[in-house]
Amino acid sequence: MPDIARLFRSVYRIRRVEEEVARVYPTDKIKSPIHLSIGQEAVSVGVCEALRHDDVVFGTYRSHATYLAKGGDLKKMVAELYGKATGCAKGKGGSMHLVDAAAGVMGASAVVGTTIPHAVGYAWVQKMRRSGRLVVSFFGDGAADEGAWHESLNFAALKRVPLIFICENNGYSIHSRQLDRQKQANLSQRAAGYGMPSERLDGSDTVLVYEKVKAAAETLRAGAEGPLFFECLTYRWREHVGPNEDYAAGYRKRGELEPWLERDDVERLGTRLPDAERQRIVDEVEEEIREAFAFAEASPIPGDGELWTDVFGAEGGR
Amino acid sequence: MTRVLTCAEALAEGAVQEMERDPTVFVMGIGVDDFKAFYGTTKTLVERFGPERCFDTPLSEDAMTGFAIGAAMAGWRPIHCHIRMDFLLLGMNQLVNIAAKARYMYGGQVSVPLVIRSVIGRSWGQGAQHSQGLHSLFMHVPGLKVFAPSTPFDAKGCLISAIRDPDPVLIIEHRMVHPQRGHVPDEPYTVPFARSRVLRPGPDVTIVAVSYMAVEAMRAAALLEEAGVSAEVVDPVSLAPLDVEGIAASVRKTGRLLVVDTDWTMCGATAEIVTAVLENAGETRVPFRRMGFAPVPCPTTKNLENLYYPSPKTIAETAYELVKGHKRDFIASPAAEIVEFKGPF
Repeated sequence: MPDIARLFRSVYRIRRVEEEVARVYPTDKIKSPIHLSIGQEAVSVGVCEALRHDDVVFGTYRSHATYLAKGGDLKKMVAELYGKATGCAKGKGGSMHLVDAAAGVMGASAVVGTTIPHAVGYAWVQKMRRSGRLVVSFFGDGAADEGAWHESLNFAALKRVPLIFICENNGYSIHSRQLDRQKQANLSQRAAGYGMPSERLDGSDTVLVYEKVKAAAETLRAGAEGPLFFECLTYRWREHVGPNEDYAAGYRKRGELEPWLERDDVERLGTRLPDAERQRIVDEVEEEIREAFAFAEASPIPGDGELWTDVFGAEGGR
Repeated sequence: MTRVLTCAEALAEGAVQEMERDPTVFVMGIGVDDFKAFYGTTKTLVERFGPERCFDTPLSEDAMTGFAIGAAMAGWRPIHCHIRMDFLLLGMNQLVNIAAKARYMYGGQVSVPLVIRSVIGRSWGQGAQHSQGLHSLFMHVPGLKVFAPSTPFDAKGCLISAIRDPDPVLIIEHRMVHPQRGHVPDEPYTVPFARSRVLRPGPDVTIVAVSYMAVEAMRAAALLEEAGVSAEVVDPVSLAPLDVEGIAASVRKTGRLLVVDTDWTMCGATAEIVTAVLENAGETRVPFRRMGFAPVPCPTTKNLENLYYPSPKTIAETAYELVKGHKRDFIASPAAEIVEFKGPF
């Protein structure tokens, strides 16, 4: 059985971090485009709670949720958004390139679909090493437009790597509906065509995602051949990029959002906890967020010399 | 001890020695495990190291480049081989948007120790999509290093340097360089980045020649010698980082510069080398010329193909005029490797 308190803490924490990011954003202290995960937290939390600490995830430019759910450092994330030297990428990557290698969060990319083959290569090395570590590749329905998605699914299946593909299908690529881009919109069926078990899930149900991924991870660790594919149906509550809602823009109606609001797991998981326990978690998370933003505010900006560092490794130079 | 090997044999030897030294080195790419063995440069790898460390790939340059990057991020050392450099365009997104930038945009947390080998084709009607030298595209991007060896010694040393380097390195190989012969030490060794090599000293003109053009420039230098002009032939070896100081030192000595590339000249390595050298030489009135492919797609028919490429004859004529101030005709027969080649592999 999943630990509901853990799931609630993670879902609530991500929601509140991003609400704070959205609240601060108009002050222009955050020097980076932001793609909020608000509404999609259940997928990242369900998946990452089912993983081990030494498992590795590859995400997208919309990966605040993935980063935090997998254990990425909150202070370093907020500092990164603020462009500070204490950020996870020293202020040089921003919101779209969150990374925390120690927590198994590999770097996210701003180019759709690009991290999918990285996950395949990383997982292949785990298979060669017999390390027992699993890899998860997160991407959206937009990635299925890209050739790299198809090529990666083919090769991952061919090499039978210990990898779980997680499609966060929120129905939109920027402002384009999936059905305006793809004739066959059931991505789990398309994945099955590449030769892997696949399933379509309600991505608003954290417990369901957790249980499915937990079971999948156990079979992979027991030696079953990967990869597996889960298509998690979800919904982006806010605009593609930026802190606001955009239902007045005309490309979608607010009515689409209503059923997702009713299934919001911040509410649903919260009500499954005793009031006192829920309140304790809320208080702890709020304090942690206050500290993280204060840390980012107080942190120094990178020195001018940082422009030149990390282009090449120590042995290299140009 | 040194022996005379071809470039292809030197590359194969370097790969074997590094794969013996480091069990995380592996070779992947279209045809690397077939009976042709990637022009002989991957010979014996499957037999020695097994199909997990030398394997064929689907025709998926984009995802295969990403796969190699992911394996490199996990600490392994991929050598991704492309039988034609033209196919690298399909992996451009991963090379430019990820490999070149990962260390920087991930704050130093991620390394991509990746080797990309790619071959420029020529002769026997390779045509417009089997003949391109696209190295300047990669020289342009911070975070990538580019080797272009022209001798067996440098081919082996560049491969070993690239494998041991913590960052992505492209090795540009020319199909007409593969059969070139030369002395190669039998032990493993590295060739440094940003170090050019003087293939032939001379006081009258510096000819900087990239990859196979270094072979052709040596032939041009022999023609020039008969006409009373002694050329210094410099092989840059490392295009990025470039040995600007080393090349500039030669130019300060000779006072004249000719740069010849196996690529077009527009925004190419010739433009960069001339500019960087003149900026560095402290003397901007150095007479210089550039030579490269004719600014058209490569034709297949022989007479037009001959016009498309710089040759010992045209290199000698250009250098002669640069030195003497007047024209002179040179006569040279086409190189044996070009005449004898019956490709594509």
